[in-house]
Formats: sequence, structure tokens, C-alpha cells
Amino acid sequence: MKSILTTERLTKKYGALVVTDNISIDIKQGEIHAIIGPNGAGKTTLINQLSGELEPQEGEVYFNGNNVTALSISKRARAGLVRSYQITSVFDELSVLENVVFSSLASRKHAYRFWGSLLSYKQEVASALSALELTGLAAQMELPAHQLGYGQRRQLELAMALATNPKFLLLDEPMAGMSVQESNVVVELLRSLKRRYSVLLVEHDMNAVFELADRISVLVYGRILVTGTPDEIKANEEVRAVYLGEEEVATS
Amino acid sequence: MRFAMRFSVFCSVVGLLFIAAIPLLLDAENNTFWMLFIARVLIYAIAATALNIVLGLGGLVSLGHALFLGIGMYSVALSSYYGIESGWVHLLFTCFLCLGIGLMTGLASIRTSGIAFIMITLAFAQMGYFVIVSLKQFGGDDGLSIAHHSDFSGLVLDSVASVYYVAWLVLVASVYWIFKLRSAPFGVVLRAGRLNPKRVMSVGLSVRHYQLAAYVISAVLCGVAGLLMANLNAYASPSSMSWMVSGELIVMVVLGGLGTVVGPVLGAGAYLGIEEVFKSYTEHWMALLGLAILAVALAGKAGILGVLRTLSSKCLHASGVVGVTEQQK
Repeated sequence: MKSILTTERLTKKYGALVVTDNISIDIKQGEIHAIIGPNGAGKTTLINQLSGELEPQEGEVYFNGNNVTALSISKRARAGLVRSYQITSVFDELSVLENVVFSSLASRKHAYRFWGSLLSYKQEVASALSALELTGLAAQMELPAHQLGYGQRRQLELAMALATNPKFLLLDEPMAGMSVQESNVVVELLRSLKRRYSVLLVEHDMNAVFELADRISVLVYGRILVTGTPDEIKANEEVRAVYLGEEEVATS
Repeated sequence: MRFAMRFSVFCSVVGLLFIAAIPLLLDAENNTFWMLFIARVLIYAIAATALNIVLGLGGLVSLGHALFLGIGMYSVALSSYYGIESGWVHLLFTCFLCLGIGLMTGLASIRTSGIAFIMITLAFAQMGYFVIVSLKQFGGDDGLSIAHHSDFSGLVLDSVASVYYVAWLVLVASVYWIFKLRSAPFGVVLRAGRLNPKRVMSVGLSVRHYQLAAYVISAVLCGVAGLLMANLNAYASPSSMSWMVSGELIVMVVLGGLGTVVGPVLGAGAYLGIEEVFKSYTEHWMALLGLAILAVALAGKAGILGVLRTLSSKCLHASGVVGVTEQQK
């Protein structure tokens, strides 16, 4: 299968602290690739380098065969490499629909448009509506975003990413802080998106990860310990020791 | 919500039309004083509306907008000094200079944010101020009186009434434009960029470019206010470029309602009105002005407009025009 996002020896240091240590990953078209690892393993730092928010000291990022290491966040987003945030980053002042239409417009056109309402851009409204439909927020579209509950804000965050017409989604803990019911909605959503988009999923909810991922990479102290299918990861002794064991101890 | 929205649009339209009718209602005796005062309010309202684009929509605290007011004034004064009467030339100079200087200062300042942005815009405005002060041949500290008012192909801005109506027209056009802009893509980028610039970038737009464009547009509109001001006073003075004026503009915007459509107009009216009223009672009117500002600030974030909205929605509610469900929105 064709690779869509690859990194080569990606390295990021803060002083003596190596947060991303020589990471080479290779994500295939249409795959859901999960990254798991204990807190502080460098998952968000890795995502930030893939989305362009942080510049790596060494190494390269390739997207769709092009070297995007030097591209800004907005240029990567335009190319179809789109992220969602662990800390919900929706625009509180705008309505739910405006949030999504704005994302859709921003990814396709310039916004030096000084007169007509944002909601008069038919094509963008249509793609926003379908993103809202997918994420189950269509009923709330008239509400200002600050009136949404926590789970719904997470859904809006996803809808905004989907409306940008992405080729690749970087999802940073999309289910963080959600109730079981809410996270089930998101798991269903991601399952329905499978094969249409390639996804890099960082998530703490192990059930969701093992259910959704085609492959999983385990990140420990900035390094990829092992990459494999969910079954391989489950069976891996090392992983059990550093990660799953810890979880079990923590939950028992 | 819809009703409240329509109601506030209705009030704004009535208010602006009323301002246009004021000269007809005044008797000859008090005419000049009040027209002069209201014309000044209208011009400051234009400048505050201009500042509101960067400050209210974009969240960029520019403490240097007096620079553009001054550029507009000196575009008229210097043209007049060299005997140029054409208002179109005055306007061209104003727009061209504000565009150029706005672009230059904007390029340097938009790269920063927060306190650094405030300090850089302030520094540029002070540079402008001292350049004008040092030009002794153009009056320096004393300013420059204007012999040739702007002549727009026969429409000469040499009377209070002519400036009054032109300022009114410019203000109405800018307010209507801001009304459209707030929900147009450009306005939404600015608002979204104020709330979370990183998020705007992550959906594909470079926020800084839009902020720079907003800054330049705001500079040009502010320059037009300066052009009108010069014609009204028949005089350009460096003191109108001082940082105090920049500060006053910020107070007007915040006092009226940050980021709202008519807030800056209300703010300009309230600020200059309070100044005018208190001045006649005491020398220490600034202290009273401070208290008035404090009162509005404590009443809520949305300024005078916010207070009016709350009051009107309460009144409408009490009179039963608006149902409970609509109220809660």
C-alpha cells in the first residue's frame, strides 16, 4: 500500500531533554495508525511536528511524497494534513455552523472577502453541513459554540477538521474527557471514516485504540518502542511491561 | 435574538438619521456650537470605528492610531501650504501615505503581539509626532493653519455644515460596512484570529496576513477622519498625533463596546459629551470622566452598547413584546 505520511529520523530536543528521539514512522494510505504511550512520552510533541507547529531539530516529514518539513501549519493544512487539538479549540464567539463553514472556507479559498456573509458561500455551507451530520451535531448548528457541552465541543472540534476536506487527520486525543456514551459516538464516527481518510490517532482510551487501529506504535521516552498490529502489541512483553502493565496497576 | 437584533439595527438607523436632522432642528443662535461639537463627534466616531477593526475584531491593541489621524490632517495642511486646493489630491495623499506607512509599521508590529505590539505601535506614532514637531518650516509645535480647504470638484469643506454632512456620510458608510464585515469571511478571520490564532492556521489561513490587511484598512479610514478633522478645524497640530489621542480612541472603542458595530460611535459621543459637560463645571473634569468610564467598565465587558442591550431587552421583556424563550437566547 502507498505511504501517505512518513517521517525520517525526526528529533526534537529541549536542552538536554530529548522529547522526540529519531522517530521514523510510515503511515499508509487509508490506515488508522494509533500512537500510544505513557504520559510525557512525547505524543503531542510528535503531532505538533507533523502539523507544523513545532520545527524538528533534525529529520524530515514527507506528506504525499513531498517534503513538508519547512511548510507552515496553514500550508500543510491546505495540502490536506489537518489536525484536531487535545485542548478543545473551537471559536466560542461563532455559532457551531459558522465554526465549521469557516474551517471549510479557510481550507479552500482566501478570505479577503469583505462584504457577503460567510454563510452565503453555498459550497462551503454544504460541506459544513455534511461534516456536522457525520459528527452528530446537525441539531445544534444554530447555537453559539460556547453553549455546547464538553462532549459536543469535542465533536465540533472533529467536525471542523473534517470540513477542511482533509487527506490526513492528526487526531490528538479526540476522546479525552468524554463520557463513555460520547466516546462511543466518536469511535463509531472514526470507524465510519475508516478507509476514506488516513488517520494518526493519539489516544489514551485503550479500548478505542485496539478497536480502531490498523497498526499501533508505542512511544516511550520519545522513542518508538515497537510498531505492530493490535494483536502483536497486545502480545508484546515489553509493551506490557512499560505501558499496559502500568495501566492495569493503575486501574486495579 | 432575532427581534433584539432587528431592534438594535432599527435604533442605530434612527439614531444616525436623527444626527443628520439635527442641523435642521437647531435654531440659528446655538447652531454653530452644537454643529461643531457633533461634527467633532462624528469624525472621532469614524476614527474609533477604524480602530475597532483592529482592536475590536482583531484583538490587536494599537496605541498608535493617532499617527494616521495626524497623517490625514497634515496631508491637507501641507497640500494647502503649497497651494493645492483639490480635495481629491488631499484624499489621494491621505490614502497613499496611510497605506504606505500603515504597511510599513504594520509589517514591523504585526509580527509581535500583546505588550510588544502596543509598544511598537506607540513608538511609531511618537516618531511621527516628533518628526512633525521638528519641522519648523511647517509650524513645528504650533501647528499649521489651513488656508485652502479640500475642494471635491465643487464640494468645498470650508463650512461646518459641509464637513458635518460629509463626515456623517463617511460614518454611515463605514458603520454599514462594519455591519457586513463582521459576518463576512474577512471579519470572521479577524475574530477567529483574536480567539485562537493557531486554530485559524490549522484550518489553512495565515492569520498575520489578514491582521496586516486589517491594520492597513484601519489606517486609511483613520486617515480620512484626519482629513475631515483638518477641514473642520482649519488647522493641523502635532498634538493630535500624540499618544494621548491614541489612548482616547481606545477608550472610545472600549467605552462604547469593543468589536460591536455602533459601539465606537456611542463611545465617541459619550466620551466627548462627558468631556464637554464636565468641563463647564470643573477644571478637574478628567477625574469625573475617569469615574464615568469606571462605571461603564464595571457594568460589563460590552460597554455602553452592552448596557443598552441589557436595558432594552429587559424593557421589551417587561412589556411582553419578547417571549421568555427568545429572551434566553
